[in-house]
Amino acid sequence: MIAMRRFLASGWLSAYAFLYIMFLYLPVVFLPIFSVNTAATPKFPLSGFTLKWYEDLPRTPALLDATWNSLVVGVSASILSTVLGILAARSITRYRYPGRRAINGLIMAPLVLPEIIVAISLLLVILQLGLSLSLFTIVLGHVLVCIPYSITVLTAGFEGFDRSLEEASADLGESAFGTFRRVTLPMVAPAIISSLLVCFTISLDEFIIAFFLTGTDATLPIYIWGQLRFASKLPGVLALGTLLLVASFLLLTIAEILRRRAARRTQNEGGLHA
Amino acid sequence: MPERPRSERPQLERPMIEIHNVTRSYGSFKALDDASLTIKEGEFFSLLGPSGCGKTTLLRMIAGFDNPTSGLISVDGQSMQGIPANRRPTNMVFQSYAIFPHLNVEQNVAYGLKRLKLAGSEEKRRVEEALAQVSLTGLGKRLATELSGGQRQRVALARALVMRPKVLLLDEPLSALDKKLREQMQVELRRLQQAVGITFVLVTHDQYEALAMSDRIAVMFGGRIAQVASPKEIYQRPVNRQVADFLGGMNFVKAEIVEENGASLVVDTLGFGRVKTDKPKAFVRNGGAATLGIRPERLRVLWDNATAKFEVAGKVVERHYFGEITHLIVEIPGLEKPLSVTETNDFGADDIPVGTSIRLAYDPDALVAMAD
Repeated sequence: MIAMRRFLASGWLSAYAFLYIMFLYLPVVFLPIFSVNTAATPKFPLSGFTLKWYEDLPRTPALLDATWNSLVVGVSASILSTVLGILAARSITRYRYPGRRAINGLIMAPLVLPEIIVAISLLLVILQLGLSLSLFTIVLGHVLVCIPYSITVLTAGFEGFDRSLEEASADLGESAFGTFRRVTLPMVAPAIISSLLVCFTISLDEFIIAFFLTGTDATLPIYIWGQLRFASKLPGVLALGTLLLVASFLLLTIAEILRRRAARRTQNEGGLHA
Repeated sequence: MPERPRSERPQLERPMIEIHNVTRSYGSFKALDDASLTIKEGEFFSLLGPSGCGKTTLLRMIAGFDNPTSGLISVDGQSMQGIPANRRPTNMVFQSYAIFPHLNVEQNVAYGLKRLKLAGSEEKRRVEEALAQVSLTGLGKRLATELSGGQRQRVALARALVMRPKVLLLDEPLSALDKKLREQMQVELRRLQQAVGITFVLVTHDQYEALAMSDRIAVMFGGRIAQVASPKEIYQRPVNRQVADFLGGMNFVKAEIVEENGASLVVDTLGFGRVKTDKPKAFVRNGGAATLGIRPERLRVLWDNATAKFEVAGKVVERHYFGEITHLIVEIPGLEKPLSVTETNDFGADDIPVGTSIRLAYDPDALVAMAD
């Protein structure tokens, strides 16, 4: 009786888990499938295998421009948010001061704010300041949405960083700069690289803020949005989307591996205190 | 047996660390309060006290991680004022060991040598020598994360010793180890100190550790140094009840001062009668009252008709068995608190029934008068 119930329970649970995963990932799987289909309309049954949509991509100047813009924005936003994130994460993990939790909460808030509201507010502020819309304003917007991710990754890397490591370095004759170079930096490097990758990925895929804050330059998501108006361009968009998907997946995987390595490294050391 | 006066030790010893009236305040709280101390060259010196007594604060000020609010610290005749940690002739073994996790054992040990720009072969030789000193030969390529607690501790030691400091500072280095390893490391640390001849300053809250390893101990309470003396003197002639209590079990008996002169003190007690004792150094009289103390192991059970020149009679009220020894709690008429007695089990102390009347022998030299 109990075994029966357990079987039912586990059967239902497995089915539920399967559907759950399908729901999450099935739409994503359609993208690469239709991107190698010969037909211009995404419809089953598939008509044949081709790579021509991919081959067409590099021959589209607007796409190349958008890619370049996205790279510029992504690199700038990830570096800026990571630098700001390092400062904040260091302060959060190292010092105890009144309002520390509140500040932490406020920094994390953009994660849950409606992005379109953030985008509109930013647009208003930027126009009020008299700045003209450009890639630079997109970078500013992306820094805002990237910082919570950057801080989460960096805090994990900095947490448990045993302060006596830096003292030990000083004790052994090393200067403050030497200590930073020989101890602090190598210890937190994986977290920093991980933060850069995560921020770059987020910026690369971000649409709403970029859409509101751009001037005449399009980033990749904006370019894709523009292409969707033409039914004939859809396979190209699917091919491009597939590439973006693969790139994001790869970058985030590397970032996660690095983040875990950083956390393990510092926590191994910190664990000794207990 | 009376303790040999300290003046019989060689007087050639040079002061290595001098602490002059050092105070460290955090706001109105004084972590260290007007401490003065001289630690001699080649000495194994321990700062002993409960947590929060200021011992770690003092150690960190010697290392240069903290600065006195007032007062002076000098090492080897040189004032340390304004000299940062990285330019002091001291090295430290941290409580957490602070092994660099991204470097292997060899790289950890060579960390400080890199700045000295030694020839490659010389650097290698010194690293190997240091690893040999702490019995880690052959483990040079291991990562810090692959080491046991005891091995990490040895790496921390080697990394400090390889710098050939004038003073090695040890911040509770054994507290993270299990009991057996801790006792083994106590012996090894002491042996190592005697081999290298470097001045060791150890911070610990474990009285047995301090007693077992040190040439001299400073006992600290509440930011003040209560007593500085050899382990034997600290244990046998504690300057006050607090020190006596911290260093292990002690029976305290109320006493009345009858006579005080330069070297001795005569007191009247209930139970032990009139006793003449050596006056502890730094004894400060507080009215007519004092405390007489005797360690539980200095009271012996008298069997059958045996007699002793000095004895007290009482009744066993509790018995606690500890394997090789037995603790007896003995009520003595006239004493407000019963005496605790530690007796070896060779003669059957573990079989004395509760309620038995017994007599206890003691050596008057074991009695110590203290300030309250």
